[in-house]
Amino acid sequence: MTPIYDIPAWRRWYPVWSRNFRVWRKLLGAAVLGNIGEPLLYLFAMGYGLGSFVGDMEGVSYMSYLAAGMVCASTMTTASFEGMYSAYTRMAVQGTWAAMLSTPLALRDILVGEVVWAGTKGLFSAIAIVFIAILFGLVADWRVIVVLPIAGLLGMCFAAMALMITAVARSYDFFLYYFTLLVTPMLLLSGVFFPITGMPEAIQIGAKFLPLYHAIALIRPLMLGQIPTGIILHLLVLCLYIAVSLPVANHLIRRRLIS
Amino acid sequence: MTATTYIIEAEHLCKKYNGQRVVDTISLQIRSGECFGLLGPNGAGKTTTLRMLLGLTEPECGSLTVMNYAIPAQAREMRRAIGVVPQMDNLDPDFSVLENLRTHASYFGIRGAALESHITQLLAFTNLTHKANVRIETLSGGMKRRLTLARALINDPQILILDEPTTGLDPQARQLIWQRLRELKQQGRTLILTTHYMEEAQRLCDRLAILDQGRIVAQGAPDELIRQHIEPHVIEVYGSGLDAWLATINRAHVARLEQAGETAFLYVHDEREILQGLAPHHDLRFMHRRANLEDVFLKLTGRDLRE
Repeated sequence: MTPIYDIPAWRRWYPVWSRNFRVWRKLLGAAVLGNIGEPLLYLFAMGYGLGSFVGDMEGVSYMSYLAAGMVCASTMTTASFEGMYSAYTRMAVQGTWAAMLSTPLALRDILVGEVVWAGTKGLFSAIAIVFIAILFGLVADWRVIVVLPIAGLLGMCFAAMALMITAVARSYDFFLYYFTLLVTPMLLLSGVFFPITGMPEAIQIGAKFLPLYHAIALIRPLMLGQIPTGIILHLLVLCLYIAVSLPVANHLIRRRLIS
Repeated sequence: MTATTYIIEAEHLCKKYNGQRVVDTISLQIRSGECFGLLGPNGAGKTTTLRMLLGLTEPECGSLTVMNYAIPAQAREMRRAIGVVPQMDNLDPDFSVLENLRTHASYFGIRGAALESHITQLLAFTNLTHKANVRIETLSGGMKRRLTLARALINDPQILILDEPTTGLDPQARQLIWQRLRELKQQGRTLILTTHYMEEAQRLCDRLAILDQGRIVAQGAPDELIRQHIEPHVIEVYGSGLDAWLATINRAHVARLEQAGETAFLYVHDEREILQGLAPHHDLRFMHRRANLEDVFLKLTGRDLRE
């Protein structure tokens, strides 16, 4: 009798994460350029260009203010891209998930692996920007370390949301709707580039329902050497988005792949 | 006498898609160690049946056990001991041959020195040793299929499920796959395959089921099916004088006559009378052969295109 292999349930997401990580390592050049080059371009072009007019923002240099925003924005877009374009490729084009489903991995293992992976990729881009920010003296003190786990959580949050969109996508074009209707407004209304306190009250209230707003509320103070307020609430919102999105994605993708 | 043990038992499985019954009351009993074929025209329900066996499609009615696991409830546990060669290649294009095998092994939790020696064996078994470090896109269709077969064997499965394993391959590549499948059967593994190629089914399968419109229309050993359903001899006749000649033959000698396009198929118990009669007709070409599985298939599922 040949031995029957298996993986303990809590660790079954790991081979999925590991597979994606090893593919990413092979294509490192393009990945680094896309995920890190672009946010840096924004940081310096807007930081210097706009910063010279704006001067200080909420008591700090505009560069420092923007650096915290760019950490969050870059984590968001990186994780969203991975959860949509790349995950869709694995689901609908390459049949990677189908191959996994013929093994003892269940769909939820695959999706948890994908979410943790996209969160990891988001974290990578956060690390890169934090590193640059440190080099340019835009970070106050050691508290910046705490930014990283929060960035990971933020990445997973957007990855889980992206998988819901992937679940119903029929082609890559579909993702443009999500970016135009959700990601871009979120980028502008959550306080990445400027405080939203000057906006109409309705928008200010609406922004508080967006995950990016809460991530910025945690990450910006930490980068500026302060302790954020309302930590529990901000973390809860991010977790809530994952807790809702992931089961919905699982349901929709199950209907699509396992019917 | 000992009772036959079945490794797969399916009873009255059914499944509807958009109101259409794709699988309609299918019952199968597959013995441990046999090669079982599922044959049928496109859309007959072959792939859906295979997906049900894997627990990837939930049947709407009926019951199914595979290796004593209730499917789909225990499908995940069951899949630890099964290997799958899917219809469409889904190898990882970013990985080499070796990396593909290692990655697939990781989904089962297999690693270490035992894995490496098993991979060496599998590469040799599928004649891919010299390609171990090559990227997938440089492989030919036949090599990709062999790699998919090697991948399906990574967990040393008891059951191997193959969905059209040789479709699109050239004759040499097909022969090699056939040879390997026979070796796998000799190792005691149970093989379940779907195919469009009657020759493949006749060569490889101990038993098979012919599916049409979601139902099993015949089931048994290939020779048995030929004996049961069809006359032993077939004479295929074509040529300009076909209609005139057909009008003259003694129909008592012809058990069944089918015409497809310009060719007449005469199914007969005794071929001599007809062959003698054909000899002087120089405007006719003909071929006499033994009845085969394709004749059974066409009789049961018809000659109409299924699209």
